[in-house]
Amino acid sequence: MAAGPIIAFSRVTKRYPGGGEALSEVDFTVQAGEMVLLTGHSGAGKSTLLKLIAAIERATSGTVLVGGQNVGALGSRGIPYLRRKLGIVFQDQKILYDRSVMDNVMLPLLATGEPGKDAARRARAALDKVGLLGREKANPVALSGGEQQRLCLARAVVNRPVLLLADEPTSNLDADSARALLQVFSSFNGAGVTVVISSHDASALSDMAPRILMLNRGKLA
Amino acid sequence: MNVWLRHHAHSASQCVKRLAAAPLSSCLNVLVIGVALALPWGGYTLLDNLAGLVPASTARAEVSVFLSRSADKKDIDDVSAKLRAREGVKSVRFVSRDAALSSLKTSTGLGDVIQALRDNPLPDALIVELSRNDGDLADEVAGAARTLKPVEHAQVDSAWIRRLNAFLGVGRTAVLLLSAVLGLAVLAVAFNTIRLQVLTRRDEIEVSRLVGATDAYIRRPFLYLGGLQGALSGGAAIALVWAALSLLNRDVSTLASLYGTAFVLRLPEPWQCFALVLGSTVLGWLGAVISVSKYLGADPRQS
Repeated sequence: MAAGPIIAFSRVTKRYPGGGEALSEVDFTVQAGEMVLLTGHSGAGKSTLLKLIAAIERATSGTVLVGGQNVGALGSRGIPYLRRKLGIVFQDQKILYDRSVMDNVMLPLLATGEPGKDAARRARAALDKVGLLGREKANPVALSGGEQQRLCLARAVVNRPVLLLADEPTSNLDADSARALLQVFSSFNGAGVTVVISSHDASALSDMAPRILMLNRGKLA
Repeated sequence: MNVWLRHHAHSASQCVKRLAAAPLSSCLNVLVIGVALALPWGGYTLLDNLAGLVPASTARAEVSVFLSRSADKKDIDDVSAKLRAREGVKSVRFVSRDAALSSLKTSTGLGDVIQALRDNPLPDALIVELSRNDGDLADEVAGAARTLKPVEHAQVDSAWIRRLNAFLGVGRTAVLLLSAVLGLAVLAVAFNTIRLQVLTRRDEIEVSRLVGATDAYIRRPFLYLGGLQGALSGGAAIALVWAALSLLNRDVSTLASLYGTAFVLRLPEPWQCFALVLGSTVLGWLGAVISVSKYLGADPRQS
């Protein structure tokens, strides 16, 4: 990734067809190595903002730069290569329940052409970091809510991303599990990974994130 | 290069796993496509065998000119010279009545019957070979020969061959049309099979895209699957045609022996089998390309 802010939004607006504006003229930057908490009420535009960073959606206007790369100008062939630099924990988890924990975590590595043995070794290392080593062969259905979120985190970090995005990672967890998960995010940030976490409940996370971005009806407060 | 090869190896193993994951439906798909391929291919093989019935020598247009029994050598030479001088006549060959009888004995297996005849009933004949396979020319030469003395009768020998060739031509066109229609059916079956596979795996495709898989990486196992399914279907078609011809051959050889010949239906040549498998692989692959491209065609971003 290029020097300078790792994320730069410039007058970014996102309007859904037939709907209102999810984001309106949003400007902000995130420096490499920062840990940022993105907060706001439900429907404030947090998920949309993360999706714009990951090129899951396209901004209606404005410029989104990730690692100096204009995401809006990326062609469909360029998007996979951007996503390989990111780790994403999705709000709806997107776990594949027809395969083991190990196979879920290995997926991003196999997609980039990592040899099977190396992929397995790195997947085990990622599972170790999130405290799931020993559950490799388990089916994700057998994991608790907190463990499933940690599985998602392991899959997000297995490719050694420079930027980790997490959309409401603690929304379905009890306070203890949420705190344990956030400790893991914090440790990745300590290792130099830029982390952006969205949550509607700022109180649980604010003491862990030095910087908080508040979204209100698509605008940064 | 290593990464590229690894992707292909991974895709190939994924494709075999997917095929093996549902053995019954995989077998039925292969059988459906195999039957669709076997119909035109079996038809083509039968026509190819029928075409083999026409010997190359008789496929040429010829006119047989039968002479009166009173014709002497001078008459024969005279008629031969007049026919040879005509435009479109390549050669004129004399066949004596004795040679004709001897040939009849050996070719028909009626030696005992012919032996019982007191006298040779066959006339001397001239076989006129034409320079081109032209029905009108053959009729014209036969008509001219009939006006010559001492010619008793002239007939165009290749008429039945021309009729058979015309029939084979119609058959080949029908097989070609059938191939085109069933080729489309194969494409549709392959398209549908892969579409179902894609829909079954849409979660995996979505997650793979989100974690940085390229469309080529996602597409590849499906293309392998389409190609492999096509190749297996080609193999099934070969097996079906082979079994059908083997079964038919038992009756055909009995029938042919009644006519004093040893005709049997030839099984397709190895190169023809290879061409079929290659063609069916391409059709399966093409069906998969269309199916997956339709699903993955859109920009990975929502607008």
